Amino acid sequence: MNSNSAAHLLKVEDVHKRYGREEVLRGVSFTMERADTKVIIGASGTGKSTLLRCINKLTDPDQGRVWLEDQEITGRRAPVNNIRSQMGFVFQDFNLFTHLPALDNVRIGPQRVKGIRRREATAVAQEALATVGLKEKAQSYPAQLSGGQQQRVAIARALAMSPKLMLFDEPTSALDPELIGEVLEVMIKLAKEGMTMLVVSHEMGFARTVADEIIFMEGGVILEQAPPESMFRNPQHKRTGEFLRKISDLYGESE
Amino acid sequence: MTAEIWSQVWQFTPTLLWAMLINVQLLLALIALGLVTGVVVALIEVYSPRPLAALALAYEWFFRGVPELVLLFLFYFGLTQMGMDISPFFAAVLALGFRSSGYQSQIFRGAIQSVPPGQLMAAHSLGMGTMKTIRYVILPQALRLSIPPWSNEFSAVFKDTTLAYGIGVVEIVRQARYISVRNFPLTLPVFILVAFMFLVLTYLGNWGLGRLEQRLHVPGLETHAKRGEAREL
Repeated sequence: MNSNSAAHLLKVEDVHKRYGREEVLRGVSFTMERADTKVIIGASGTGKSTLLRCINKLTDPDQGRVWLEDQEITGRRAPVNNIRSQMGFVFQDFNLFTHLPALDNVRIGPQRVKGIRRREATAVAQEALATVGLKEKAQSYPAQLSGGQQQRVAIARALAMSPKLMLFDEPTSALDPELIGEVLEVMIKLAKEGMTMLVVSHEMGFARTVADEIIFMEGGVILEQAPPESMFRNPQHKRTGEFLRKISDLYGESE
Repeated sequence: MTAEIWSQVWQFTPTLLWAMLINVQLLLALIALGLVTGVVVALIEVYSPRPLAALALAYEWFFRGVPELVLLFLFYFGLTQMGMDISPFFAAVLALGFRSSGYQSQIFRGAIQSVPPGQLMAAHSLGMGTMKTIRYVILPQALRLSIPPWSNEFSAVFKDTTLAYGIGVVEIVRQARYISVRNFPLTLPVFILVAFMFLVLTYLGNWGLGRLEQRLHVPGLETHAKRGEAREL
């Protein structure tokens, strides 16, 4: 059954997803190794977020298979919750639990999913909050935090599960421009510390700083995949070049 | 009404208070039954597949559509005729409790649906299954949001406990009737006293629920429409 024999950290094989008549993903395959950071770019509606959600099965792919190491999440009897608990997911609009202070938002995973004792889970949560620089906000409710702080708590919530892989779905798109930097800073730190990260984002500064590869998606497939510098300097497809120029104009090159 | 009449009524106050205790017991039992059943019905309506959800809606339709007294008769005489040895009190708890669950489920359904779907995705992404998500993410928010409308239901069913009179529960109205039948001049003052007791107790109940709401208050959870404002603080 296990055809992830090369034991990639993540292997995505021929994933398809259709919404009604529209086929959003039309056969996507790629792999990631430990400590890789890959950034997925592409125009809106090309299936980037759907792909990310197919990887942890928040969306069910119609076809194709996904492995985290040797566990296939798309398998018929796969322990989906268990495999999900090994992947962090950071959403565009944070999705913190409104009724819980920051610390409890972060602690709920280790305590309720992994079943770690409360005291230990608290220590894990405090450490995760410290990693994102929000130790002093442990008792604040989401509504009392800025967007940037909420997103950092959301990153801490994912981190507290000690994931093998973190998926980021446009983590800075819902933020005011002056709050983007603090979130990117945390993500850069994580990447440099060796976290395996798959990021849907148009932050080219981030991509150039830490991405091992950029994945350019168009029309539900991966059109091109290459390290940032070579993709910028020498795109293989005309569309890639056009798109890179367009977002560089829009977002600028700085962080 | 003379002072003498009121002093006679005064003698009966302890009797009436004891009878009121029956109404309070009835209230607590039926509202607890209605709460648990109402939450379950609401969860089924929101999260389960069509046929089951339709069944829950039919349940709601039935218990909201049949008059309380008819429900009381159906439960008491129905269950008795089926050979069950059921006390009027217990029949009243069932009839009024299930009826209340039909109203409470609508309160909870609205509150459950107002928890943003993104938070459910976030819970799933952590590896929480449906049950854990309901327990740790949905219900703590939905139940908080339900307190204000639930207070109305609380006052309504408290007054409805007097309908148990109809199947012979010796609750406060029946006790007041016993007193007034034997002492006709006391009829009006006795019922004024009964009315006064209900006014005081509903006031206390709503005050307590208001306190509970304050205690459980979480910034940003008033209603989700207000979240944007709260963030500015």
